[in-house]
Amino acid sequence: MFRRLRTIRARHWIHLVSLAGVAFAATGCHIDMWYQSKKVAQDENEFFRDGKADRLPVAGTVARGELRHDDAFFTGRVDGKLITDLPARVEVSKELLERGKERYTIFCSHCHGAAGDGKGMIAQRGLSLRRPPASFHTDRLREMPLGHFYEVISNGFGVMYQQGTRIDSGVGAEKGKMDRWAIVAYIRALQLSQYYDASGLSAEEQEKLGIPAPEQIEWKNAFTEAQKKAAGSKPEEGGH
Amino acid sequence: MPQIFSKKANTYSRVSLFCLLALPAGAIMAGMAVTRGPAQTNVGMPLDQPVPFSHKHHVEELGIDCRYCHASVETSAKAGVPTTETCMSCHAHIWTNSPLLEPVRKSYETGVPIKWQKINKVPEFVYFDHSIHIARGINCNTCHGPIQDMHITWKGQYFFMRWCLECHREPEKYLYVNPRDPDKDPRQKAFDLYSLNKYGEDLTPIEWRNLEGSDLKFSKDQIAEGEKLVEKWGVKVKQLTDCWTCHR
Repeated sequence: MFRRLRTIRARHWIHLVSLAGVAFAATGCHIDMWYQSKKVAQDENEFFRDGKADRLPVAGTVARGELRHDDAFFTGRVDGKLITDLPARVEVSKELLERGKERYTIFCSHCHGAAGDGKGMIAQRGLSLRRPPASFHTDRLREMPLGHFYEVISNGFGVMYQQGTRIDSGVGAEKGKMDRWAIVAYIRALQLSQYYDASGLSAEEQEKLGIPAPEQIEWKNAFTEAQKKAAGSKPEEGGH
Repeated sequence: MPQIFSKKANTYSRVSLFCLLALPAGAIMAGMAVTRGPAQTNVGMPLDQPVPFSHKHHVEELGIDCRYCHASVETSAKAGVPTTETCMSCHAHIWTNSPLLEPVRKSYETGVPIKWQKINKVPEFVYFDHSIHIARGINCNTCHGPIQDMHITWKGQYFFMRWCLECHREPEKYLYVNPRDPDKDPRQKAFDLYSLNKYGEDLTPIEWRNLEGSDLKFSKDQIAEGEKLVEKWGVKVKQLTDCWTCHR
Protein backbone atom coordinates (compact mmCIF):
# COMPACT_ATOMS: atom_id res chain seq x y z
CA MET A 1 0.00 0.00 0.00
CA PHE A 2 2.80 2.40 0.89
CA ARG A 3 4.45 1.59 -2.36
CA ARG A 4 1.32 2.65 -4.11
CA LEU A 5 1.23 5.94 -2.17
CA ARG A 6 4.71 6.71 -3.31
CA THR A 7 3.64 6.34 -6.88
CA ILE A 8 0.97 9.07 -6.54
CA ARG A 9 2.39 12.12 -8.24
CA ALA A 10 2.34 15.69 -7.04
CA ARG A 11 -0.61 16.78 -9.15
CA HIS A 12 -2.65 13.89 -7.80
CA TRP A 13 -1.96 15.19 -4.33
CA ILE A 14 -3.26 18.60 -5.35
CA HIS A 15 -6.45 16.98 -6.61
CA LEU A 16 -6.90 15.00 -3.41
CA VAL A 17 -6.37 17.98 -1.16
CA SER A 18 -8.75 20.20 -3.10
CA LEU A 19 -11.34 17.40 -3.11
CA ALA A 20 -11.06 17.16 0.67
CA GLY A 21 -11.51 20.91 0.86
CA VAL A 22 -14.68 20.74 -1.23
CA ALA A 23 -16.00 17.87 0.88
CA PHE A 24 -15.34 19.84 4.08
CA ALA A 25 -17.01 22.96 2.72
CA ALA A 26 -20.03 20.96 1.59
CA THR A 27 -20.59 19.10 4.84
CA GLY A 28 -18.57 20.85 7.54
CA CYS A 29 -21.16 23.34 8.68
CA HIS A 30 -24.57 22.00 9.54
CA ILE A 31 -26.89 22.70 12.43
CA ASP A 32 -28.99 19.57 12.64
CA MET A 33 -27.47 18.81 16.03
CA TRP A 34 -28.21 22.28 17.36
CA TYR A 35 -31.82 22.09 16.23
CA GLN A 36 -32.78 18.45 16.41
CA SER A 37 -35.95 16.97 15.04
CA LYS A 38 -37.35 16.31 18.48
CA LYS A 39 -39.85 18.08 20.65
CA VAL A 40 -39.12 19.17 24.17
CA ALA A 41 -41.23 21.02 26.71
CA GLN A 42 -42.94 24.16 25.41
CA ASP A 43 -41.84 23.57 21.82
CA GLU A 44 -43.96 24.47 18.84
CA ASN A 45 -45.76 21.90 16.73
CA GLU A 46 -47.76 23.08 13.78
CA PHE A 47 -49.52 19.74 13.53
CA PHE A 48 -51.89 20.79 16.29
CA ARG A 49 -54.28 23.68 15.93
CA ASP A 50 -53.07 25.49 19.04
CA GLY A 51 -49.46 25.12 17.89
CA LYS A 52 -48.34 23.42 21.09
CA ALA A 53 -46.04 20.41 21.14
CA ASP A 54 -47.04 19.72 24.76
CA ARG A 55 -50.12 17.52 24.83
CA LEU A 56 -52.25 16.67 27.84
CA PRO A 57 -52.93 13.02 28.60
CA VAL A 58 -56.40 11.79 27.66
CA ALA A 59 -58.92 12.72 30.35
CA GLY A 60 -59.09 10.07 33.02
CA THR A 61 -55.56 8.82 32.49
CA VAL A 62 -53.92 7.61 35.67
CA ALA A 63 -50.14 7.51 35.68
CA ARG A 64 -48.50 4.62 37.46
CA GLY A 65 -48.39 5.19 41.21
CA GLU A 66 -50.49 8.31 40.93
CA LEU A 67 -53.95 6.95 41.61
CA ARG A 68 -55.78 9.53 43.69
CA HIS A 69 -57.63 7.10 45.90
CA ASP A 70 -57.54 9.18 49.07
CA ASP A 71 -60.48 11.61 48.78
CA ALA A 72 -59.65 13.61 51.88
CA PHE A 73 -56.06 14.09 50.76
CA PHE A 74 -56.68 14.88 47.10
CA THR A 75 -59.96 16.81 47.22
CA GLY A 76 -60.33 18.08 50.77
CA ARG A 77 -63.74 16.44 50.95
CA VAL A 78 -65.07 13.17 52.33
CA ASP A 79 -68.51 12.09 51.08
CA GLY A 80 -69.00 15.57 49.69
CA LYS A 81 -68.31 17.30 52.99
CA LEU A 82 -65.28 19.51 53.58
CA ILE A 83 -62.88 18.00 56.09
CA THR A 84 -62.31 20.04 59.21
CA ASP A 85 -58.95 18.55 60.14
CA LEU A 86 -55.86 17.76 58.12
CA PRO A 87 -56.02 14.37 56.31
CA ALA A 88 -54.47 11.46 58.13
CA ARG A 89 -51.47 11.38 55.81
CA VAL A 90 -50.43 14.91 56.69
CA GLU A 91 -48.37 15.17 59.81
CA VAL A 92 -47.99 18.62 61.26
CA SER A 93 -44.36 19.33 61.91
CA LYS A 94 -42.07 22.32 61.93
CA GLU A 95 -40.81 21.30 58.48
CA LEU A 96 -44.34 21.21 57.09
CA LEU A 97 -45.12 24.69 58.43
CA GLU A 98 -41.83 26.08 57.12
CA ARG A 99 -42.52 24.58 53.72
CA GLY A 100 -46.00 26.05 53.95
CA LYS A 101 -44.61 29.46 54.79
CA GLU A 102 -42.21 29.32 51.85
CA ARG A 103 -44.91 28.25 49.40
CA TYR A 104 -47.41 30.73 50.85
CA THR A 105 -44.90 33.52 50.32
CA ILE A 106 -44.35 32.47 46.71
CA PHE A 107 -47.91 31.84 45.63
CA CYS A 108 -50.32 33.59 48.00
CA SER A 109 -48.69 36.58 49.65
CA HIS A 110 -48.95 38.87 46.62
CA CYS A 111 -52.70 39.10 47.05
CA HIS A 112 -53.48 37.85 50.54
CA GLY A 113 -50.52 39.58 52.20
CA ALA A 114 -47.67 38.12 54.19
CA ALA A 115 -49.81 38.22 57.34
CA GLY A 116 -52.90 36.92 55.57
CA ASP A 117 -54.78 40.19 55.99
CA GLY A 118 -55.70 40.46 52.31
CA LYS A 119 -53.49 43.49 51.85
CA GLY A 120 -50.90 42.06 49.53
CA MET A 121 -49.11 44.11 46.92
CA ILE A 122 -51.62 43.28 44.16
CA ALA A 123 -54.51 44.20 46.42
CA GLN A 124 -52.85 47.53 47.15
CA ARG A 125 -52.20 48.24 43.50
CA GLY A 126 -55.44 46.89 42.10
CA LEU A 127 -57.34 50.05 42.88
CA SER A 128 -60.45 48.94 41.08
CA LEU A 129 -60.76 45.45 42.51
CA ARG A 130 -64.46 44.80 42.85
CA ARG A 131 -63.78 41.78 44.98
CA PRO A 132 -60.59 42.36 46.95
CA PRO A 133 -58.61 39.33 48.14
CA ALA A 134 -59.96 37.79 51.33
CA SER A 135 -58.43 38.37 54.71
CA PHE A 136 -57.95 35.10 56.57
CA HIS A 137 -58.72 36.87 59.83
CA THR A 138 -62.47 37.00 59.57
CA ASP A 139 -64.90 34.88 61.59
CA ARG A 140 -66.10 33.22 58.41
CA LEU A 141 -62.65 31.95 57.41
CA ARG A 142 -61.49 31.25 60.95
CA GLU A 143 -64.33 28.77 61.26
CA MET A 144 -63.95 27.42 57.74
CA PRO A 145 -63.10 23.70 57.50
CA LEU A 146 -59.52 23.16 56.33
CA GLY A 147 -60.71 21.29 53.25
CA HIS A 148 -62.03 24.60 51.93
CA PHE A 149 -58.55 26.09 51.64
CA TYR A 150 -57.28 23.02 49.82
CA GLU A 151 -60.20 23.22 47.44
CA VAL A 152 -59.64 26.92 46.76
CA ILE A 153 -55.94 26.40 46.03
CA SER A 154 -56.79 23.55 43.68
CA ASN A 155 -59.81 24.99 41.87
CA GLY A 156 -59.90 28.71 42.58
CA PHE A 157 -62.75 30.60 44.24
CA GLY A 158 -64.75 33.61 43.12
CA VAL A 159 -62.42 35.73 41.04
CA MET A 160 -59.32 33.87 42.25
CA TYR A 161 -57.82 31.62 39.58
CA GLN A 162 -56.81 28.09 40.42
CA GLN A 163 -53.22 27.73 41.57
CA GLY A 164 -53.24 23.97 41.34
CA THR A 165 -51.18 23.74 38.18
CA ARG A 166 -48.24 25.25 40.01
CA ILE A 167 -48.64 24.04 43.57
CA ASP A 168 -47.98 20.37 44.17
CA SER A 169 -51.18 18.45 44.79
CA GLY A 170 -49.47 15.80 46.83
CA VAL A 171 -49.58 13.16 44.12
CA GLY A 172 -46.06 12.17 45.10
CA ALA A 173 -46.92 12.50 48.77
CA GLU A 174 -44.87 9.44 49.62
CA LYS A 175 -41.85 11.51 48.71
CA GLY A 176 -42.92 14.18 51.18
CA LYS A 177 -44.41 16.58 48.66
CA MET A 178 -47.67 18.03 49.83
CA ASP A 179 -47.33 21.70 49.19
CA ARG A 180 -51.04 22.47 49.14
CA TRP A 181 -51.61 20.93 52.55
CA ALA A 182 -48.47 22.64 53.82
CA ILE A 183 -49.98 25.97 52.77
CA VAL A 184 -53.32 25.04 54.36
CA ALA A 185 -51.53 24.26 57.64
CA TYR A 186 -49.65 27.53 57.44
CA ILE A 187 -52.84 29.52 56.82
CA ARG A 188 -54.37 28.01 59.96
CA ALA A 189 -51.18 28.87 61.85
CA LEU A 190 -51.45 32.45 60.58
CA GLN A 191 -55.06 32.62 61.73
CA LEU A 192 -54.16 31.36 65.19
CA SER A 193 -51.24 33.73 65.49
CA GLN A 194 -53.27 36.81 64.55
CA TYR A 195 -56.24 35.91 66.75
CA TYR A 196 -54.33 35.11 69.90
CA ASP A 197 -55.08 36.96 73.09
CA ALA A 198 -51.59 38.19 73.90
CA SER A 199 -52.62 39.84 77.16
CA GLY A 200 -52.24 36.50 78.94
CA LEU A 201 -48.56 36.31 78.05
CA SER A 202 -45.74 37.44 80.28
CA ALA A 203 -44.23 40.89 79.69
CA GLU A 204 -41.12 39.28 78.20
CA GLU A 205 -43.08 37.27 75.68
CA GLN A 206 -45.12 40.32 74.79
CA GLU A 207 -41.93 42.25 74.17
CA LYS A 208 -40.75 39.47 71.87
CA LEU A 209 -43.95 39.84 69.89
CA GLY A 210 -43.25 43.52 69.51
CA ILE A 211 -46.24 44.57 71.59
CA PRO A 212 -45.27 47.80 73.34
CA ALA A 213 -45.73 47.99 77.11
CA PRO A 214 -48.74 50.10 78.30
CA GLU A 215 -46.65 53.07 79.41
CA GLN A 216 -45.00 53.12 75.97
CA ILE A 217 -48.40 53.26 74.30
CA GLU A 218 -49.40 56.20 76.50
CA TRP A 219 -46.19 57.99 75.66
CA LYS A 220 -46.64 57.30 71.96
CA ASN A 221 -50.20 58.63 72.00
CA ALA A 222 -49.09 61.76 73.79
CA PHE A 223 -46.34 62.20 71.21
CA THR A 224 -48.68 61.89 68.22
CA GLU A 225 -51.14 64.29 69.89
CA ALA A 226 -48.38 66.83 70.36
CA GLN A 227 -47.35 66.38 66.76
CA LYS A 228 -50.89 66.90 65.53
CA LYS A 229 -51.16 70.09 67.58
CA ALA A 230 -47.86 71.34 66.24
CA ALA A 231 -48.96 70.64 62.69
CA GLY A 232 -52.33 72.34 63.27
CA SER A 233 -50.81 75.50 64.75
CA LYS A 234 -48.58 76.04 61.73
CA PRO A 235 -49.75 78.81 59.45
CA GLU A 236 -51.17 77.23 56.35
CA GLU A 237 -49.19 77.75 53.22
CA GLY A 238 -50.96 78.80 50.06
CA GLY A 239 -52.50 75.90 48.19
CA HIS A 240 -51.90 75.25 44.55
CA MET B 1 28.55 48.73 -8.65
CA PRO B 2 25.88 50.58 -6.66
CA GLN B 3 24.07 48.91 -3.79
CA ILE B 4 20.88 47.17 -4.91
CA PHE B 5 19.20 47.61 -1.51
CA SER B 6 19.16 50.97 0.19
CA LYS B 7 19.59 51.24 3.96
CA LYS B 8 15.83 51.41 4.38
CA ALA B 9 15.52 47.87 3.07
CA ASN B 10 16.40 46.51 6.51
CA THR B 11 13.44 48.32 8.02
CA TYR B 12 11.12 47.19 5.25
CA SER B 13 12.12 43.60 5.70
CA ARG B 14 11.61 43.82 9.46
CA VAL B 15 8.20 45.41 9.08
CA SER B 16 7.11 42.89 6.52
CA LEU B 17 8.34 40.04 8.69
CA PHE B 18 6.39 41.47 11.60
CA CYS B 19 3.29 41.88 9.47
CA LEU B 20 3.62 38.37 8.18
CA LEU B 21 3.11 37.18 11.77
CA ALA B 22 0.93 39.95 13.13
CA LEU B 23 -1.67 40.14 10.37
CA PRO B 24 -2.84 36.51 10.59
CA ALA B 25 -2.78 36.75 14.37
CA GLY B 26 -4.80 39.95 14.18
CA ALA B 27 -7.26 38.39 11.78
CA ILE B 28 -7.75 35.43 14.10
CA MET B 29 -8.23 37.72 17.09
CA ALA B 30 -10.72 39.85 15.19
CA GLY B 31 -12.63 36.73 14.28
CA MET B 32 -12.64 35.64 17.90
CA ALA B 33 -13.87 39.06 18.99
CA VAL B 34 -16.75 38.84 16.52
CA THR B 35 -17.82 35.35 17.59
CA ARG B 36 -17.69 36.39 21.25
CA GLY B 37 -19.38 39.71 20.68
CA PRO B 38 -23.07 40.49 21.18
CA ALA B 39 -23.75 40.40 17.43
CA GLN B 40 -23.06 36.69 17.50
CA THR B 41 -24.03 35.67 21.05
CA ASN B 42 -26.91 38.12 21.68
CA VAL B 43 -25.56 38.88 25.16
CA GLY B 44 -27.00 42.11 26.46
CA MET B 45 -29.41 42.49 23.53
CA PRO B 46 -33.06 42.87 24.49
CA LEU B 47 -35.33 41.16 21.97
CA ASP B 48 -38.72 42.37 20.77
CA GLN B 49 -41.37 40.42 22.63
CA PRO B 50 -45.10 40.24 21.91
CA VAL B 51 -45.68 41.80 25.34
CA PRO B 52 -43.06 44.18 26.78
CA PHE B 53 -42.79 42.20 29.99
CA SER B 54 -40.53 43.81 32.58
CA HIS B 55 -38.68 41.61 35.05
CA LYS B 56 -37.57 44.76 36.85
CA HIS B 57 -41.16 45.73 37.54
CA HIS B 58 -42.34 42.30 38.61
CA VAL B 59 -39.25 41.21 40.55
CA GLU B 60 -37.85 44.36 42.04
CA GLU B 61 -40.78 46.74 42.27
CA LEU B 62 -43.52 44.23 43.08
CA GLY B 63 -41.39 41.58 44.75
CA ILE B 64 -42.97 38.55 43.09
CA ASP B 65 -40.94 35.41 43.66
CA CYS B 66 -39.32 33.84 40.56
CA ARG B 67 -41.17 30.63 41.26
CA TYR B 68 -44.64 32.16 41.05
CA CYS B 69 -44.22 32.09 37.27
CA HIS B 70 -41.25 29.76 36.72
CA ALA B 71 -42.85 27.19 38.99
CA SER B 72 -41.03 24.11 37.76
CA VAL B 73 -37.52 25.48 38.16
CA GLU B 74 -36.87 23.59 41.41
CA THR B 75 -38.17 20.26 40.29
CA SER B 76 -37.46 19.84 36.61
CA ALA B 77 -34.98 20.53 33.87
CA LYS B 78 -36.94 23.47 32.52
CA ALA B 79 -37.74 26.61 34.44
CA GLY B 80 -40.67 27.02 32.09
CA VAL B 81 -42.20 30.10 30.56
CA PRO B 82 -45.40 30.75 32.53
CA THR B 83 -48.72 29.79 31.02
CA THR B 84 -51.11 32.54 29.97
CA GLU B 85 -53.30 31.53 32.89
CA THR B 86 -50.46 32.46 35.26
CA CYS B 87 -50.36 35.97 33.79
CA MET B 88 -54.12 36.20 33.98
CA SER B 89 -54.30 35.15 37.62
CA CYS B 90 -53.30 38.74 38.36
CA HIS B 91 -54.04 40.50 35.09
CA ALA B 92 -57.66 39.43 35.06
CA HIS B 93 -57.92 41.89 37.95
CA ILE B 94 -55.35 44.60 37.40
CA TRP B 95 -54.39 46.45 34.20
CA THR B 96 -57.41 44.80 32.63
CA ASN B 97 -57.74 47.47 29.95
CA SER B 98 -54.09 47.88 29.08
CA PRO B 99 -53.54 47.58 25.32
CA LEU B 100 -50.08 46.18 26.04
CA LEU B 101 -51.74 43.10 27.51
CA GLU B 102 -54.02 42.47 24.55
CA PRO B 103 -51.93 39.47 23.32
CA VAL B 104 -52.29 37.91 26.78
CA ARG B 105 -56.06 38.28 26.83
CA LYS B 106 -56.32 37.00 23.28
CA SER B 107 -54.19 33.99 24.12
CA TYR B 108 -56.38 33.26 27.14
CA GLU B 109 -59.53 33.43 25.05
CA THR B 110 -58.28 31.31 22.16
CA GLY B 111 -56.04 28.88 24.02
CA VAL B 112 -53.18 29.57 21.62
CA PRO B 113 -50.00 30.30 23.58
CA ILE B 114 -48.12 33.57 23.25
CA LYS B 115 -45.02 33.17 21.11
CA TRP B 116 -42.24 34.61 23.25
CA GLN B 117 -38.81 35.03 21.72
CA LYS B 118 -36.39 32.70 23.38
CA ILE B 119 -33.55 34.57 25.07
CA ASN B 120 -31.56 31.80 26.68
CA LYS B 121 -31.07 28.73 24.59
CA VAL B 122 -28.48 26.01 24.70
CA PRO B 123 -27.95 23.76 21.66
CA GLU B 124 -30.27 20.79 21.69
CA PHE B 125 -27.42 18.37 22.30
CA VAL B 126 -26.97 19.97 25.72
CA TYR B 127 -29.17 18.57 28.46
CA PHE B 128 -29.18 21.34 31.01
CA ASP B 129 -31.14 20.76 34.22
CA HIS B 130 -32.28 23.73 36.30
CA SER B 131 -33.33 21.71 39.34
CA ILE B 132 -29.88 20.45 40.37
CA HIS B 133 -28.33 23.88 39.99
CA ILE B 134 -31.02 25.42 42.18
CA ALA B 135 -30.67 22.61 44.72
CA ARG B 136 -26.98 23.44 45.11
CA GLY B 137 -27.76 27.11 45.55
CA ILE B 138 -26.47 28.44 42.23
CA ASN B 139 -28.16 31.80 41.81
CA CYS B 140 -30.39 32.61 38.85
CA ASN B 141 -28.31 35.68 38.07
CA THR B 142 -25.07 33.74 37.80
CA CYS B 143 -26.27 32.54 34.41
CA HIS B 144 -29.08 34.97 33.59
CA GLY B 145 -27.46 38.29 34.52
CA PRO B 146 -29.00 40.92 36.81
CA ILE B 147 -32.56 39.96 35.97
CA GLN B 148 -34.00 42.30 38.61
CA ASP B 149 -32.62 45.23 36.61
CA MET B 150 -33.95 44.22 33.20
CA HIS B 151 -36.95 46.02 31.79
CA ILE B 152 -36.91 44.01 28.59
CA THR B 153 -35.10 40.77 29.24
CA TRP B 154 -31.70 40.25 27.72
CA LYS B 155 -29.25 37.39 27.72
CA GLY B 156 -26.80 37.53 30.61
CA GLN B 157 -24.10 35.09 29.56
CA TYR B 158 -22.87 33.75 26.25
CA PHE B 159 -23.31 30.08 27.20
CA PHE B 160 -20.12 28.84 25.61
CA MET B 161 -19.10 25.39 26.73
CA ARG B 162 -15.91 26.86 28.10
CA TRP B 163 -18.01 29.04 30.37
CA CYS B 164 -19.99 26.05 31.68
CA LEU B 165 -16.76 24.22 32.36
CA GLU B 166 -15.34 27.07 34.42
CA CYS B 167 -17.73 26.04 37.16
CA HIS B 168 -17.90 22.33 36.41
CA ARG B 169 -14.13 22.06 36.79
CA GLU B 170 -13.96 24.04 40.01
CA PRO B 171 -17.35 24.03 41.68
CA GLU B 172 -15.74 24.97 45.00
CA LYS B 173 -15.35 28.50 43.67
CA TYR B 174 -19.07 28.93 43.16
CA LEU B 175 -20.68 27.15 46.10
CA TYR B 176 -21.46 29.11 49.24
CA VAL B 177 -23.77 28.73 52.19
CA ASN B 178 -26.45 31.21 53.07
CA PRO B 179 -24.50 33.73 55.16
CA ARG B 180 -27.67 34.56 57.11
CA ASP B 181 -28.50 31.01 58.05
CA PRO B 182 -25.69 28.53 57.32
CA ASP B 183 -27.80 25.50 58.23
CA LYS B 184 -30.60 26.38 55.86
CA ASP B 185 -31.19 24.50 52.65
CA PRO B 186 -29.06 26.31 50.02
CA ARG B 187 -32.00 26.18 47.60
CA GLN B 188 -33.85 29.12 49.09
CA LYS B 189 -31.00 31.62 49.30
CA ALA B 190 -31.00 32.45 45.61
CA PHE B 191 -34.62 33.57 45.77
CA ASP B 192 -34.21 35.40 49.08
CA LEU B 193 -31.61 37.66 47.49
CA TYR B 194 -34.20 39.60 45.51
CA SER B 195 -36.36 40.45 48.48
CA LEU B 196 -33.33 41.28 50.63
CA ASN B 197 -32.25 43.69 47.93
CA LYS B 198 -35.77 45.08 47.53
CA TYR B 199 -36.06 45.92 51.20
CA GLY B 200 -32.60 47.44 51.33
CA GLU B 201 -30.90 44.89 53.56
CA ASP B 202 -27.11 45.06 53.73
CA LEU B 203 -25.82 42.39 51.39
CA THR B 204 -22.52 40.64 51.93
CA PRO B 205 -19.97 40.98 49.10
CA ILE B 206 -20.65 37.46 47.88
CA GLU B 207 -24.37 38.16 47.77
CA TRP B 208 -23.79 41.35 45.81
CA ARG B 209 -21.73 39.52 43.25
CA ASN B 210 -24.37 36.89 42.83
CA LEU B 211 -27.12 39.46 42.57
CA GLU B 212 -25.30 41.45 39.93
CA GLY B 213 -24.32 38.31 38.06
CA SER B 214 -20.85 39.76 37.69
CA ASP B 215 -17.69 37.75 37.27
CA LEU B 216 -16.86 36.06 40.50
CA LYS B 217 -13.64 36.86 42.27
CA PHE B 218 -12.54 34.40 44.86
CA SER B 219 -10.73 34.75 48.12
CA LYS B 220 -8.76 31.84 49.53
CA ASP B 221 -11.15 31.58 52.47
CA GLN B 222 -14.11 31.27 50.20
CA ILE B 223 -12.51 28.54 48.13
CA ALA B 224 -11.68 26.65 51.32
CA GLU B 225 -15.33 27.01 52.38
CA GLY B 226 -16.41 25.85 48.95
CA GLU B 227 -14.22 22.78 49.17
CA LYS B 228 -15.92 21.85 52.42
CA LEU B 229 -19.32 22.23 50.77
CA VAL B 230 -18.27 20.08 47.82
CA GLU B 231 -17.56 17.33 50.31
CA LYS B 232 -20.61 17.95 52.47
CA TRP B 233 -23.08 17.95 49.59
CA GLY B 234 -21.35 15.08 47.82
CA VAL B 235 -20.70 16.98 44.61
CA LYS B 236 -18.94 14.48 42.34
CA VAL B 237 -16.35 16.82 40.88
CA LYS B 238 -14.77 14.22 38.61
CA GLN B 239 -18.12 13.38 37.06
CA LEU B 240 -18.96 17.02 36.46
CA THR B 241 -16.64 17.20 33.48
CA ASP B 242 -17.62 13.87 31.98
CA CYS B 243 -19.15 14.28 28.53
CA TRP B 244 -22.33 12.48 29.48
CA THR B 245 -23.06 14.86 32.33
CA CYS B 246 -24.38 17.37 29.80
CA HIS B 247 -24.45 15.40 26.53
CA ARG B 248 -26.00 12.01 25.93
